[in-house]
Amino acid sequence: MIYAEILAGGKGTRMGNTEMPKQFLMLGNKPIFIHTVEQFLMNKRIEKILICCPEQWVSYTKDTLKKYISDTTKVIVVKGGETRNDTILNGCHFIEKNYGIQDDDIILTHDAVRPFLTQRIIDDNIDGTLKYGAVDTVVEAFDTIVHSKDGKIITDIPVRNEMYQGQTPQSFNIKLLMSFFNSLTDDEKNILTDACKALVIKGIDVHLVKGEVSNIKITTQYDLKVANGLVEENK
Amino acid sequence: MINQVYRLIAPKQIREDFIDLKIDTDDIIVRPTYLSICAADQRYYTGSRGRVVMKQKLPMALIHEAVGEVVYDPKGEYQIGTNVVMVPNTPMQNDDVIKANYMRTSQFRASGFDGFMQNVVSMRRDLIIPFSVEPRVAVLLELTSVVMNAVENFEKIAHHRRETIGIWGNGNLGFIVALVLRKKYPQSRIFVFGVEEHKMAYFSFVDDTYLINDIPSDLKVDHAFECVGGRASGTAINQIIDYIKPQGTISLLGVSENNVPINTRMVLEKGLTLLGNSRSDYGDFKKAVELMESYEDVCEYLSTIISEEVIVQSIDDMHKAFDNDLNNDFKTIMKWEI
Repeated sequence: MIYAEILAGGKGTRMGNTEMPKQFLMLGNKPIFIHTVEQFLMNKRIEKILICCPEQWVSYTKDTLKKYISDTTKVIVVKGGETRNDTILNGCHFIEKNYGIQDDDIILTHDAVRPFLTQRIIDDNIDGTLKYGAVDTVVEAFDTIVHSKDGKIITDIPVRNEMYQGQTPQSFNIKLLMSFFNSLTDDEKNILTDACKALVIKGIDVHLVKGEVSNIKITTQYDLKVANGLVEENK
Repeated sequence: MINQVYRLIAPKQIREDFIDLKIDTDDIIVRPTYLSICAADQRYYTGSRGRVVMKQKLPMALIHEAVGEVVYDPKGEYQIGTNVVMVPNTPMQNDDVIKANYMRTSQFRASGFDGFMQNVVSMRRDLIIPFSVEPRVAVLLELTSVVMNAVENFEKIAHHRRETIGIWGNGNLGFIVALVLRKKYPQSRIFVFGVEEHKMAYFSFVDDTYLINDIPSDLKVDHAFECVGGRASGTAINQIIDYIKPQGTISLLGVSENNVPINTRMVLEKGLTLLGNSRSDYGDFKKAVELMESYEDVCEYLSTIISEEVIVQSIDDMHKAFDNDLNNDFKTIMKWEI
């Protein structure tokens, strides 16, 4: 089976004084995460969509889903974890418990606050993961990346055309991901906050999928304003 | 959901716009699979519609010939993944006499509002038709439906003697008109008149093809279809008037940007009927689907006029498709993977 896991674990700490996690704020006429879920709902190959959110927001997420989406049979709300990786793992455990895991089952993990993804990105993630086992969605770095260890002087300026910016989805063969996570020590889990990074460090190939510059992450009030400026009403 | 719409904003400039699309209405969400470029799209893309029209219509997503897969049906009537053709003519009112494609109130994709160059398309339930043939050939259903409309009109209006039918024009439209007439009137002798010998070679199923400056003087046709359009419209129509027998019907299908002077004296003397044809409605699409599904060789022949298939995964790919199309003999289709 092909699963999508929407990571809605954000608590909104970077959004200023807003009371709600950023994924629940309005973009056009709907909360941000609803747009994201709907884009996955439009892909015929995705069979189940898990939304992983903070425990205290589970009921709120379910209520909001019902309000905006008439047929939620494909969508399941699951409690997230402390860290991003814990959240991903919670989703995998939920799948294991409820559906069992087959060798070719894959999961596309995606930030709830990236509602601008396209069907092409979803399809490329599915195809890439079925073929390679693990993929990460990236765009070429437009700005020069400056590396500084102490935040005061430049340590290094990497060659720009070898630099990419990471987006999501990050997608994995579920068995590969779970067996890998189980092999990590607690210390490693604390350091390796990005699942793709963790795989790479452990010597597992993670292939690239082309993202889009427009696949932005809505993290700040500025991002939200830009996103709302981009979206038009349907005529 | 946020839907990506790829709109022409100026000649040869396409921009990705984001639309807040409602998915839980009565409408069905279709993911395009194949799109086909029409001369009408090229006139917008290259800017040859003129400044006034361009200013009035743009920004607008191009393409009115497309097939896709149902990806979301809030009512659950369509199975997910069903191949459907999307009808670009969008009626706004019903009329017992006038066909929807001639109603001045009807809206048309990529003319009055956004065409099919979108991530997904929200389609009215009464404007999609399932089909079972290859999607890459089914993308020619729109053009075939236009021909079905013209042939239906012809059937109603033209007198019953159809021993010889002439088709002027050796392009996509001429090809499909010839093919439909071949199936509809197997006993008729069908001739094609054109200017490009290498393109006329594709018309293997007609009785004969002629270069327009080399037509035997004793050759006459009972009826004719004009599929030329553009600046050569006048030359073609007046040549038809010369070669058609009295009381024949000339079905006009070619679009011309400018007014066309016609030898009306001879139209009067011969008692000719000039029959206008444009676009198609739901019923014409149904007939086109039936035609493709009934005759295997129709799909076979149609696939020979797909000159190029461009896989579209970016806006650059869209430009490639439109640019290449200008040099292609027949149809350029886009495999929609964006």
